[in-house]
Amino acid sequence: MAPALKRFAAPEEVMKVRQSLEGRLDGNRPRLAICGDTGCTVCGADGLAAAVKEVMERKDPAGRLELKVTGCLGFCEQAPVVLVFPGAYFYRKVKAADAEEIVEKALLQEGPVARLLYTDPSSGKKIACAGEIPFYRHQERVLLDANWHVNPLDIYDYLARGGYAALLKVLGGMSPGEVLGEMKEARLRGRGGAGFYTWLKWELCRTRAGSKKYVICNADEGDPGAFMDRSLLEGNPHAVLEGMLIAGYAIGAVEGIVYLRTEYPTAVAKLDQAVRQARELGFLGEDILGSGFAFDISIVRGAGAFVCGEETALIRAAEGKVGEPRQKPPFPAESGYRGRPTVINNVETFANVPLIVNRGAVAYRAAGTENSGGTKIFCLVGKVNNSGLVEVPFGTPLRKIVFDIGGGIKGGKRFKAVQTGGPSGGCLPEEKLDLRVDFEDLAGAGSIMGSGGMIVMDEDTCVVDVTRYFLNFLKDESCGKCFSCRVGVDRMLEIVGGITEGAGSEEDLALLEELALVVKDTSMCGLGQTAANPVLSTLRYFRSEYLAHVREKRCPAKVCRALFRYRVDEDLCSGCGFCARECSAGAIGEGPDGLYLIDPAVCNRCGVCVEACASDAITKE
Amino acid sequence: MVEMTLNGLMVKVEEGTTILEAAAFYGVNIPTLCYLEGLSPYGACRLCVVEIGEPGSAKVATSCTHRVEDGLVVRTHSARVMKARRMLIELYLASCPSSKIIQDMASNHHVTRVRFKQRHEDCILCGLCVRMCAEQMQGKAIGFAWRGSERKVTTPFDKKSDACRLCGGCMYVCPACRSRCQGPQAEQAVCNACLNLPQTDRNYLFFDNAVCEAMEPPGGAPKKMTNRGA
Repeated sequence: MAPALKRFAAPEEVMKVRQSLEGRLDGNRPRLAICGDTGCTVCGADGLAAAVKEVMERKDPAGRLELKVTGCLGFCEQAPVVLVFPGAYFYRKVKAADAEEIVEKALLQEGPVARLLYTDPSSGKKIACAGEIPFYRHQERVLLDANWHVNPLDIYDYLARGGYAALLKVLGGMSPGEVLGEMKEARLRGRGGAGFYTWLKWELCRTRAGSKKYVICNADEGDPGAFMDRSLLEGNPHAVLEGMLIAGYAIGAVEGIVYLRTEYPTAVAKLDQAVRQARELGFLGEDILGSGFAFDISIVRGAGAFVCGEETALIRAAEGKVGEPRQKPPFPAESGYRGRPTVINNVETFANVPLIVNRGAVAYRAAGTENSGGTKIFCLVGKVNNSGLVEVPFGTPLRKIVFDIGGGIKGGKRFKAVQTGGPSGGCLPEEKLDLRVDFEDLAGAGSIMGSGGMIVMDEDTCVVDVTRYFLNFLKDESCGKCFSCRVGVDRMLEIVGGITEGAGSEEDLALLEELALVVKDTSMCGLGQTAANPVLSTLRYFRSEYLAHVREKRCPAKVCRALFRYRVDEDLCSGCGFCARECSAGAIGEGPDGLYLIDPAVCNRCGVCVEACASDAITKE
Repeated sequence: MVEMTLNGLMVKVEEGTTILEAAAFYGVNIPTLCYLEGLSPYGACRLCVVEIGEPGSAKVATSCTHRVEDGLVVRTHSARVMKARRMLIELYLASCPSSKIIQDMASNHHVTRVRFKQRHEDCILCGLCVRMCAEQMQGKAIGFAWRGSERKVTTPFDKKSDACRLCGGCMYVCPACRSRCQGPQAEQAVCNACLNLPQTDRNYLFFDNAVCEAMEPPGGAPKKMTNRGA
């Protein structure tokens, strides 16, 4: 049982409690970690946890085995996943019915349940230990490691892992200047997308006059397919709070705000619990651990606008105004929340801060590149075998992420493109796979680091259609304040939409490129400035596909509905008529020879007939 | 006083002024749609963008919101800026062809065609009316609603507002409300009627080519400024 929450008045008390917690998260202590993250919950982790609990109550009244519902364990493709210690056995696609066997084996310490283990697709062998699975083996999980062990609702778990040690170190004898020096030495860069040096941002804010300063944590993660920040907040929220505390100390702020999107209800609940626990234990509030340093954190819930991830818009939204950006300068470090100097950093940036203080900048920097220290979390999604949460050092080649960690393309298809950086990132082709993921290298290739979304596309993806999709997203999410973003994105979508409908011309491509460059150059905030990236990068790397659309009125990937049609292969058609029955448009009729025909003029290319056909006779052409 | 470089000239400017104001003081005309003296700068029309910084690493920013600083290097009519402005004007023409101000601007910048599908949205959401109402008339009767391409100026909940005194200040400042002169090509999307004036008559209208060229940094972008009739 966790000791009752008692406010720590001095660092020694923390050390004492930490000693009493020693061994709590020891790898040899029998315990089960069930992933409680969204993917696993959707696949039945809730029911599984309840079943395991019930079995444990029955079979293990002495409580030798411990159950932890943790944050994201990473390998979402295999959801729901369970880790069993000791041994770090990795069970995949676990059902509630497996609970009995899992608990029995774990209690008897008889090794893993073989049928639940992961099978290496290359060798066909079962792999027991999570760390040996290629998906995990090729990663360097320094931030995400905590997700395997920590119960995010229990601050003592965090303390047992050495949590708040960085805060103690900072309060115990580091000057704000020294903290900044560490951040500089570590080459920590903002993980929100722009990659601004964190120390420089803090320095600008610290040296501003004014007694009231703010620290804001940007947790308005809105990119489709991205869940890095959520996984950190839901898996290990105290690391983020500790990072904010250290930032507050370094710049001389007394107030911190986490701007968290309402669409993350679990993260809101977990972070709220974490803030309350930290406050009760005296890590937040007045006179923290007797040092005289005061700092408190409040949570502001976002109202659901993508653009509020932009710092000036976020600040306005946090102030209770309409979430619209304003032209910089002045930067938030000069005039931010309520006109005061404000440091605003991403969740992942703050989570790195305690790590740097604990390990020291030089050790931290050992991972990463010359300009960017440490690791970066990516959300690997799309047509890849192993989708999930991936942490690698800066400088890791894209190929390693997509093929070694991601396990290549689903269904043995060909790789076409990987889109980095969310909706306003660029699509990179196969020849760019050896690119190192780094702020500069990605920008040079016409994409962005963004906050770390990584969407893999296979040969069945039409890049023009993908561009249309992202432009459509950005059109909806543009705040509409500045003309070049509001109208520019809308017009780009008009042109790209026309191309996918077969109405495009080569002049359209030239106009599209000209417009995209102007939108990039003249938009007010990051949303508009990067909105052209999907257009410019696909025009750069996949121009031949655009040309096929405009010249030959042909969609090479057969995705754009106006540019392909379904046809029944007479040699394969069995004449069963399932297709005609399923067709909602009434486009399929029986021909004179008892075989079926599709009328392309009526067909709406929904593809239901393909699903319905038992003899695979319906093809695209 | 602050010392900065404006189109290659060292100039002294009073601290606290914006680049737009400084440029106007020195006789450099930067086009705007959402700027009006007496109202707070808003930075939405993007026409007043200028290049800031040394060529090669220069950034583009709106001059109406950017305050002057010591050592600032500004180019108000560089090739990059003019290209952006022409594209923006073309976009304005494509959605609000009825405005005389926009049509004049098009002639002024020699924008002679619209390559986008013609729309007639009229309101360009410059926000002058909203700021006029709030800042000069102390009315705060109108504001922006919705987001992105659905954004519009309206009263709260689209209902008749008690705060509105029907003063008409909003219409007075609206650049889209001032309809076109009935020139010889009044019914066309791009009027450009002024371009047909004799050379002597339209000299005052156009920014001089030579001036544009002089503003290009040495060794910078190619000197191909065609803001005058080809």
